[in-house]
Amino acid sequence: MAAEQLLSVKDLRVNFHTLRGVVHALQGVSFHINRQETLGLVGETGCGKSVTARAVLRLVVAPGEIAGGEVHFEGRNLLGLTEVEMRTLRGSQISMIMQEPKMSLNPVIRVGRQVGETLRIHDPSMSKKIAAQQAVDMLAQLGIPDPKRVARRYPHELSGGMAQRIMIAMMLVTRPKLLIADEPTSALDVTIQAQILELMNRLIQEIQTSVLMITHDLGVMAESCDRVAVMYAGQIVEIGPVRDVLKDPRHPYTQGLLKTLPDKAHPDEPLYSIKGAVPTLLSAHKACGFAPRCAHRFKPCDEAPPPMHALGNGRRAACYLLGDYAGVPG
Amino acid sequence: MNAPSASSKLDRSDARRHRSDARRQYWCDTFTLWRRNKLMVVGTFIILVLLVVAAAAPLLATQGPFDQISKDRLIPPSAQYWFGTDSLGRDIYSRVVYGSRVTLLIALLVAAISTPLGMAIGVLSGYFGGAVDEFLMRTSDVFLAFPKLILAVAFAAALGPGVENAIIAISVANWPSYARLARAETLTVKNNEYIQAMRVLGASNLRIMIGHITPMCLSSIIVRMSLDMGAIILTAAGLGFLGLGAQPPTPEWGLMVSDGRDFLVDQWWVSTLPGIAILIVVVGFNLLGDGIRDILDPHQRQN
Repeated sequence: MAAEQLLSVKDLRVNFHTLRGVVHALQGVSFHINRQETLGLVGETGCGKSVTARAVLRLVVAPGEIAGGEVHFEGRNLLGLTEVEMRTLRGSQISMIMQEPKMSLNPVIRVGRQVGETLRIHDPSMSKKIAAQQAVDMLAQLGIPDPKRVARRYPHELSGGMAQRIMIAMMLVTRPKLLIADEPTSALDVTIQAQILELMNRLIQEIQTSVLMITHDLGVMAESCDRVAVMYAGQIVEIGPVRDVLKDPRHPYTQGLLKTLPDKAHPDEPLYSIKGAVPTLLSAHKACGFAPRCAHRFKPCDEAPPPMHALGNGRRAACYLLGDYAGVPG
Repeated sequence: MNAPSASSKLDRSDARRHRSDARRQYWCDTFTLWRRNKLMVVGTFIILVLLVVAAAAPLLATQGPFDQISKDRLIPPSAQYWFGTDSLGRDIYSRVVYGSRVTLLIALLVAAISTPLGMAIGVLSGYFGGAVDEFLMRTSDVFLAFPKLILAVAFAAALGPGVENAIIAISVANWPSYARLARAETLTVKNNEYIQAMRVLGASNLRIMIGHITPMCLSSIIVRMSLDMGAIILTAAGLGFLGLGAQPPTPEWGLMVSDGRDFLVDQWWVSTLPGIAILIVVVGFNLLGDGIRDILDPHQRQN
């Protein structure tokens, strides 16, 4: 418990101003990441995972805006920094690997130069030659065969897996302290996913980076994360060490999420799905956001949003069943 | 240890050969497309001739462009004076030859001034959007509201006559179309994932604009510029004709056309021959520009 917190997010709120009204995409998200720790962020599409990542980097674009909260990185509140100060942090201290590796590389610039550009952004005095050399070294470190040749390729000449490796090189060449990985494997072939994941994990170990791993793949999460935060409709509903959460989920949503996994023991059974749909985020939650879909719904669920209950061993979950009402309904 | 390194060396030289083959193929295709487009061949030829004439003017001219032979005024085209002489006894052929330098100078300088200016304004406008966009685009609307020639005339009149001022005036009238084009390209490029990625990496707006957006605008700007060359030359000649561009005794084609106005019926060659020079060069640039647009069009390459 004495581990030092690298990033701590408190009550983060992000709104999007749309034609149909204000969408409350994040409604008070709080979590922290210790040094050299990997935190998984899971949840279904649209629950606010990527918005959280962008908010940490302060890259929420119009019509979105960060409406409140704090993001502390090494003791500094990022939301209070100037844009220029923020820029020096991005890419050098905090980086982000994006979903679509091929779309995230400039199609008309050789990939080696793109990797080198990261270095030159943060050290303008570095010569192109040295940057190029370091880029090649980085590719070699990633286990790319014949890195010199690959560095001279254009993105369209690379496979998806190779492009993601380049992306990883671009983001890690400056040895950032925090890496945000926004579904780094979901755009890739299943066969490549494991390779990329393994590679990422190895590099993360080597350069001792903390990671915020966004995924909706529970398998990925189990493999690479130390702790996991489960998001639902703009809030974190459960957070804790990954083994504990997987073995003994406490929030009904987490339980449902884990039940959706196909069961190898009973291959003939139809797949489970959580009934109902995600609530609209056009208004802030006045009650438990999951209540309409929850099998355990009872009176307090509709009256006010449930608070986070500490469950020991760093676990917390937001459900009335875990607090004063524990054991009340079936 | 030996075998794999040998094979990888082989791979590498293979790859290099493939790459250089692909590059050669690209240029071969370009050449084929160029040759197939007869009008473009003509345009290229005209512009090449123009360049050669401008470069070798002192060798090609039979007289000095300012030499007045007072006994030989208004002589019709003949073996001695190929294009005849004007009212001051100057050899029109030699003046047309030297005039190609003035024309090229104006066209190139206008392109060199108005393209970067328009591109910078367009990229800024598209990239930042909002109030910046509104301000810059409404400003360009003001310029676009007037026909280019009228606007150039107004600026040239305000700045005073002269080649330099004509160049500035035409550039001022010319930038908005490049700004519009660059803005449109910027809008399509700026939301790409890789621009986002640059932002994640901490790149400044200036770096993104210069390094990643401007290069994407270049190809359409180049096409537009080559298509505009003809119009620029025409505007310059127009200013010269109106007395707002090059001043006598500069051998400028528009000015020479103007000189011959008084003798149009009896001494047709004084105006007509420089006019034909303007015509040929303008047509040449237009054919070339059209051709460049077609060649740079990737759809053309597929068949």
